[in-house]
Amino acid sequence: MESEALKRLYCVMFQIRMIEEKIAELYSEQEMRCPVHLSIGQEAVAAGVCANLSRDDYVLSTHRSHGHYLAKGGNLKAMMAEFYGKVTGCSKGKGGSMHLVDFSVGFLGATPVVGSTIPIAVGVAMGTVMRGGQQVTVVFFGDAAVEEGVFHESVNFAMLKKLPVVFVCENNFYSVYSHISIRQPKDREIFELSKGHGIESYQGDGNDAIQVYNLAERAICKARQGGGPTFLEFKTYRWREHCGPNYDNQLGYRTENEFQAWRQRCPIERLEKHLLKEGILCNQDIDRMVSRLKAEVEDAVVFAKVSPFPEEHLILEHIFAP
Amino acid sequence: MNREVRFFQAINEAIDLCMEKDPSVYIMGLGVPDPSGVFGTTLGLQKKYGSVRVMDMPLSENGMTGVAIGSALVGMRPIMTHQRGDFALLAMEQIVNQAANWYYMFGGQKSIPLVIRMVIGRGWGQGTQHSQSFQAWFAHVPGLKVVMPTTPYDAKGLLIASIEDNNPVIFIEHRWLHNITGHVPEGTYRTPLGQARVAREGTDVTIAATSYMTIEALRAAEMLVKDGISAEVVDIRTLKPLDEKLILDSVRKTGRLIAADIGWKMVGFSAEIVARIAEEALNDLKCPPIRVALPDCPTPTTPALANRYYPLAVHIVATARKMLGLSADLPVSPDRTPVPLDVPDMSFTGPF
Repeated sequence: MESEALKRLYCVMFQIRMIEEKIAELYSEQEMRCPVHLSIGQEAVAAGVCANLSRDDYVLSTHRSHGHYLAKGGNLKAMMAEFYGKVTGCSKGKGGSMHLVDFSVGFLGATPVVGSTIPIAVGVAMGTVMRGGQQVTVVFFGDAAVEEGVFHESVNFAMLKKLPVVFVCENNFYSVYSHISIRQPKDREIFELSKGHGIESYQGDGNDAIQVYNLAERAICKARQGGGPTFLEFKTYRWREHCGPNYDNQLGYRTENEFQAWRQRCPIERLEKHLLKEGILCNQDIDRMVSRLKAEVEDAVVFAKVSPFPEEHLILEHIFAP
Repeated sequence: MNREVRFFQAINEAIDLCMEKDPSVYIMGLGVPDPSGVFGTTLGLQKKYGSVRVMDMPLSENGMTGVAIGSALVGMRPIMTHQRGDFALLAMEQIVNQAANWYYMFGGQKSIPLVIRMVIGRGWGQGTQHSQSFQAWFAHVPGLKVVMPTTPYDAKGLLIASIEDNNPVIFIEHRWLHNITGHVPEGTYRTPLGQARVAREGTDVTIAATSYMTIEALRAAEMLVKDGISAEVVDIRTLKPLDEKLILDSVRKTGRLIAADIGWKMVGFSAEIVARIAEEALNDLKCPPIRVALPDCPTPTTPALANRYYPLAVHIVATARKMLGLSADLPVSPDRTPVPLDVPDMSFTGPF
């Protein structure tokens, strides 16, 4: 990977981390009155995949979508305002964290029912082909989504029509508190399940941003050249609770040791170490970047807080399009 | 010059005209390109427009509804076809959680111009999984429009209007209406959504009906003439958005309401009509409103039971007579020889 691309990758991950931690910090003010599913720990998948996409390409996602939204270039102020339920939010305050969208950068929607955006992404890819477009569509989902029937319906159809779609599974081993060993057979990897559909499938270290980038690059290029869909499984880990700002390992559904082992493999620290070692970044660069990002985040929070709420008449608007 | 066309042909014409005019319109469904052409409604379309725009599909109703939604997000205008409304149940998640909500939950930026055709079966042993009709469920969901044409004229006009509508439209076709004939103009025209129609004027009782029950209501109105009762038949046509004003005006005129629907009575669409009349025209009623709908049980297959399951014109007649103080005995036996009750007309000899 080129230096500039590596620096951008690092910056995007850092931005996601900073924003998510800001949300965690402010959440107890009780002004973000919607469920938030933070991407802390999983930044490399969002950043590594989206670094290969142009503004025109399409992304769809699920409840844990902040990272994907930001990595795709989604508007930060609009996202923050949406958490605060303001009319300046990306969904005019009608969707909250679980329904983010930014059509201007091809982030076509994230919805929280697990698996639901997978067939929609396949449809976006099909519609693109029908219209003679060159865009590639990426859909992000978690490990539990492959248990939904609709995942299999989607992959079957995508393969049948050889559509330009990339399926990205972030396997963080938990569906809320349920460990994957309770939901799926042991000794059967997710990417092996996917292979049963005949789709080219790979597994990667979701905390190695460069590996994510490389696997995604191949898959996205293949799709763009008419080679059809690919399935990518990335193993990663969410640091905080499923929904909300806190750590919850004390509940005992997973161990502190397990968390610490993954904490050691922080994707941002790993890439930072590599970039510093290779001389691609120096500490001053990082400080400058941090200052800049910090200012952006602060601006976004201020914007969200001063923005107005939607007016009452908007309750009954946008039910039907004219 | 009256051009008489069958309901299924009118549907075919609507799809053909819309696909010809707008290259973003396409149709998918199980068996859409097959030799029977979904009861004739899709015959000839694949030959004319090719297999990209006239698509068969895997048996993945939920997934394919999502595919349709996704294609709509990038500018296509899909028509989905279910040969039985019962199959659409597999797609409820995409229809209700996604298609109906997409416009609202993202603040009114992109709507889903999706038409979902559902055929409602009846007779010849269809049974409970090949004859259910869920307009009450779909009309309950904000963000979905629900259309149920009765005449071939409206089948074409409402389908064209539905395809041109920028919102998800549930388009319900009764299997027993497919072969009826009626006047259908050539070329493109629209029956606007949200408009009911007075199918027959009258003064003594309003029968507000949907789909095939409009036919039974018209038969009943004819029979009621002998009793000196003048029935006004309202063909509701669009359940959502509902033409409340036309129905209210009719009930204020006649003072009596029979709500006739092809679904079940409990929490059926007929209940919605009655509720609105009760809220807004109670003082204009001369007697309590009555619903005529399916009993609250699954559809049996044997004709011995199915024939006594469906409400018929004679039941509407008995209801109206009772409202006007006459005997509520069935005026004639429900059996109508020589046509058996489990087929729409003599032309139908089974099996689907």
